[in-house]
Amino acid sequence: MIDLALDIATWILLLAGGLMLLITGLGLLRLPDLYTRIHAGGMADTLATAFIFFGMALQSGFTLVTAKLLMIVIFIFFTSPTASYALAQASFVAGLKPKLDGFEDEDA
Amino acid sequence: MIRTVSLFFVLLAVWLLLSGHYTPLVTGLGVFSCLLSALIAHRMDVVDHEGQPLHLGPRIIPYWGWLMAEIFKANLDVAKCILSPKSHLRPSMFTVTASQKSDLGKVIYANSITLTPGTVTVDLDGDRVLVHALTVGSAEGVKAGDMDRRVTKVMEEHL
Repeated sequence: MIDLALDIATWILLLAGGLMLLITGLGLLRLPDLYTRIHAGGMADTLATAFIFFGMALQSGFTLVTAKLLMIVIFIFFTSPTASYALAQASFVAGLKPKLDGFEDEDA
Repeated sequence: MIRTVSLFFVLLAVWLLLSGHYTPLVTGLGVFSCLLSALIAHRMDVVDHEGQPLHLGPRIIPYWGWLMAEIFKANLDVAKCILSPKSHLRPSMFTVTASQKSDLGKVIYANSITLTPGTVTVDLDGDRVLVHALTVGSAEGVKAGDMDRRVTKVMEEHL
């Protein structure tokens, strides 16, 4: 009974993570320019990773495997903003202007 | 010195978690190599407040919890924006002021902004943070300065 409940919860979490990745892919194709696409990529690094981690952790239980999975998630959470920042900063320095419509701040 | 000891225990914890072999010989070799690495790092003078941020203490834990909740909400926001860009997509770029004094505090703040989907730090110059935001909601979230205040509170002892 417990096993079935765990399996169902894993299914839900993995599907939610997969859905998030699907939306990420859609966003990468659909959004207008590089800066907005970085935001879409950020979804795959955060909520999708978290959902998939929890789904897999339910299957492995309190074991070393879960500890290793957690370490992977922590590494991703530390490195992915650094990579996003490097990408955005490099494009900005190279002179790529973001497409802005509407409410722009005075000193942007 | 306290940082070298802390580095040793962090290395040991990572080694124990990753190895999974607990025979006396293998564990002894693991402890020995952690000790050697910590001593070499100490001699090279690379164990500093950035590598072992002990002064942050346990205050960083509730901040991480709060950040996770923010990331969850921001993800739903970005997903909505991708699914219906016409009504939600309002990209903007603006500068905010980081109130942290130390480099580590500024990095935590800028990385937290980037980690939250919908907002990306584009440039960090002195205390001016240039942010690109995807929607009106995510831009307002950064401008409100709640995250800035929380990071400053985490760094408090060092100000």
